[in-house]
Amino acid sequence: MADFLAASVRLATPLALACLGLLFSFRSGLLNIGVEGMMLGGALAGAAGAAYFSSPWAGVAIALLAGAMMGLLFAFLTVTSLADQVVVGTALNLAASGATTVLGRGALGASTELARVHAFAGAPIPLLSSIPVLGPALFTQTPMVYLAIVLVPVCAFVLWHTSFGLTLRATGEHPLAVEAAGLDVIRTRYACAVLDGMLASLAGAFLSLSVIGMFTNDMVAGRGFIAIAAVVFGRWTITGALAASLLFGAADAFQVRLQVAGVHVPYQFLLMVPYILTLITYAGFVGRAEQPAATGVPYRRA
Amino acid sequence: MERPWALEAAGIVKRYPGVIANDGVNLRVAPGEIHGVLGENGAGKSTLMNILSGLARADAGEIRLEGKRVVLESARDGLRRGIAMVHQHFMLIPALTVAENAVLGLGPGWRLDLAAAARDVEAIARRYGFDIDPYAYVWQLSVGQMQRVEIIKALIRGARILILDEPTAVLIPAEVDALARVLIRLRAEGKSVVFISHKLNEVFQICDRVTVLRGGHDVGSFAVSEVTPGHLARLMVGHDVPQASGPDGGQPGHVVLSVGDLHVAGDRGTDAVTGVSLDVRSGEIFGIAGVDGNGQRELVEALIGLRPVRRGTVSLFGDRLRHPWRPGDLLSRGVGFIPDDRQRDGLLLRMTVAENLVCSALGRAPLSRRGWLQRSAVDAEARRLILEYNIRVSGVHQVVGELSGGNQQRIVLARALAAKPRLLLAVQPTRGLDIAATGYVHQRLRAAQKGGCAVLLISTELDEVLALANRVGVIYRGRIVGTAAAAEADRETIGAWMAGLTPGAGGIRADTEAPAAIRRAREGRRDHG
Repeated sequence: MADFLAASVRLATPLALACLGLLFSFRSGLLNIGVEGMMLGGALAGAAGAAYFSSPWAGVAIALLAGAMMGLLFAFLTVTSLADQVVVGTALNLAASGATTVLGRGALGASTELARVHAFAGAPIPLLSSIPVLGPALFTQTPMVYLAIVLVPVCAFVLWHTSFGLTLRATGEHPLAVEAAGLDVIRTRYACAVLDGMLASLAGAFLSLSVIGMFTNDMVAGRGFIAIAAVVFGRWTITGALAASLLFGAADAFQVRLQVAGVHVPYQFLLMVPYILTLITYAGFVGRAEQPAATGVPYRRA
Repeated sequence: MERPWALEAAGIVKRYPGVIANDGVNLRVAPGEIHGVLGENGAGKSTLMNILSGLARADAGEIRLEGKRVVLESARDGLRRGIAMVHQHFMLIPALTVAENAVLGLGPGWRLDLAAAARDVEAIARRYGFDIDPYAYVWQLSVGQMQRVEIIKALIRGARILILDEPTAVLIPAEVDALARVLIRLRAEGKSVVFISHKLNEVFQICDRVTVLRGGHDVGSFAVSEVTPGHLARLMVGHDVPQASGPDGGQPGHVVLSVGDLHVAGDRGTDAVTGVSLDVRSGEIFGIAGVDGNGQRELVEALIGLRPVRRGTVSLFGDRLRHPWRPGDLLSRGVGFIPDDRQRDGLLLRMTVAENLVCSALGRAPLSRRGWLQRSAVDAEARRLILEYNIRVSGVHQVVGELSGGNQQRIVLARALAAKPRLLLAVQPTRGLDIAATGYVHQRLRAAQKGGCAVLLISTELDEVLALANRVGVIYRGRIVGTAAAAEADRETIGAWMAGLTPGAGGIRADTEAPAAIRRAREGRRDHG
């Protein structure tokens, strides 16, 4: 049981990180479909940084830098150039898939032997890890999991208890009113896109630095889309998105367990479990939940 | 003038693609006065106010505050210099609370102190006698309350010049009086108020001086005590205005539309229409008055078949409709429909005049044969309607989005009446139209009624309902709270019904039901991360 919980938390962490980022962009009215590609970019940047500087923390730093650049690109195309957000996001996903394959070979070698990088090791926290049930699940993880756990309340505070948070939530609902209140819609959306890019990239780096310790092509495997589903499922709140991430993480851990237990079902079907859950979420909740009113609508100044 | 003007605009020019919205406009507002700006739609009032508040930038001209020239690059510049605007379409965020809306953009500091903001809101609310809960969500408020929140926002920011854009368009008569008292209080405190309107009587009721705009020019500035309404009306329109005639006392015939105990769900799950019963007879106009948001939209959408009915019956020409029905079923049985918002629900803005005119009659010969569109027949029919309804277009293939509001509405009207309907559902048929276009729509509705059509007119403009309808009903919180024959309906009674004061034994009593907003608030809502 403790193993299962620990695996669930580990698999939920990249989703949760991506969700935190998405909350910034979604709540400000930017429909960032490109989160999948941003994660992939982050996964490569993290692995390459860790390999080059022989340190996983360097990998994290490079991933954050790369994420900020990707967020800036998304903001430039959608906020400044007023391009359609869904089209830009899709393009970002396709471009990331191709670019990381090519750049990955350049950075990490083209051999069929996968290059291992300096990854994070498990770092149990003394005392806390001996709490029954919760201890092994939460506190025998890698440092990146702890970082994610710290980032949750930080992001919640920024979103709901700062002027910036109020401004960005207002921007997602009624940009003209924000401008009429003397605030800057464009700057706010740029900031949100950059934050989203950094957090998505961090989520990707988690996959390459904390889960398997290497970069493989298209290793994000739809987790960006699952994160989008988690935000929608969680009704654009942090607690909701976090709960949804844990649910999807648990579904993922569950299918691994079934495989290991040798259930007589082709493993491809088991692999489908989290994705099917996502589909059900989309079908059942997208229509009913209330998304920010200005989602996907570019803002044009008078 | 010894004292400098509080606010002075000189030679303001603003061009938008294809139009000059302001062509050298001058406006002078004294300290401590309520200054009316009067003009028809399209006269350039809103453009001028957006420039004065900093939301839009002028192409030429200058703005002076207390004699000093200022350049307003953004709304922030305007606010910092004490100019605040209450927009016609409120700049409030429905998903946020009153306090959150008030503190938005207020700074300083990054930490959000909602408790302090709530205290500020309450202090101002007390001073001006507003009944506002700072922790209520804006979507829970009535339109009148939203307007008070906008005024609070302006005062929290220390505004000395308050610009109100068509503030009475959304209010019931009693709320207009309350607003007037607030404005007079502000004037007594030495603040200047710019009051934009196209309603003459309000300007005379509230303002000290008035400036009239027409076609992007200022055509005169007067002390209100020195002019007559007739003179201002002529200046505003540019020619004499025919007075609207009263309702027509024709002989109503058989019942065309009969609605019994209709319940319809609103967008938020609770019922927006809660037991409406009414009959509309051929040859009469039945007018439903009421403040916007009391279930009018849901009622019409249910009648036309765009929204499911939860309970109740609808009969058309004596036949009970089997639920669910679709708009097409009704249109083919002789119902004409003028939807509330012509740009959203009434027209395909990117398609041509001809396509819009015939789109509800497609599939019928001679417009189409065996599924093939007969282009020449479509164009001929469009040309016929353009002539008949005097629609000003450059050709049948002009895109509808390029037309003026009045001409767009003529297209909606022409399409609804082209098939000679026996029942016409007309929702806000003159919303946003100028006097001339409004008169034309009224004349057409009257003609349809005289031709034996049953007309259900739903409007938030009480004057419009009183001018046209043979019988008047008032909708309040999803229910018809009173009906009266036009001859017996007086403004005060109807106004009281609109405010929820229903007729009871021994005179008028207050509605004791808990307001829907409070009930919804108790049910709680999202937004708690």
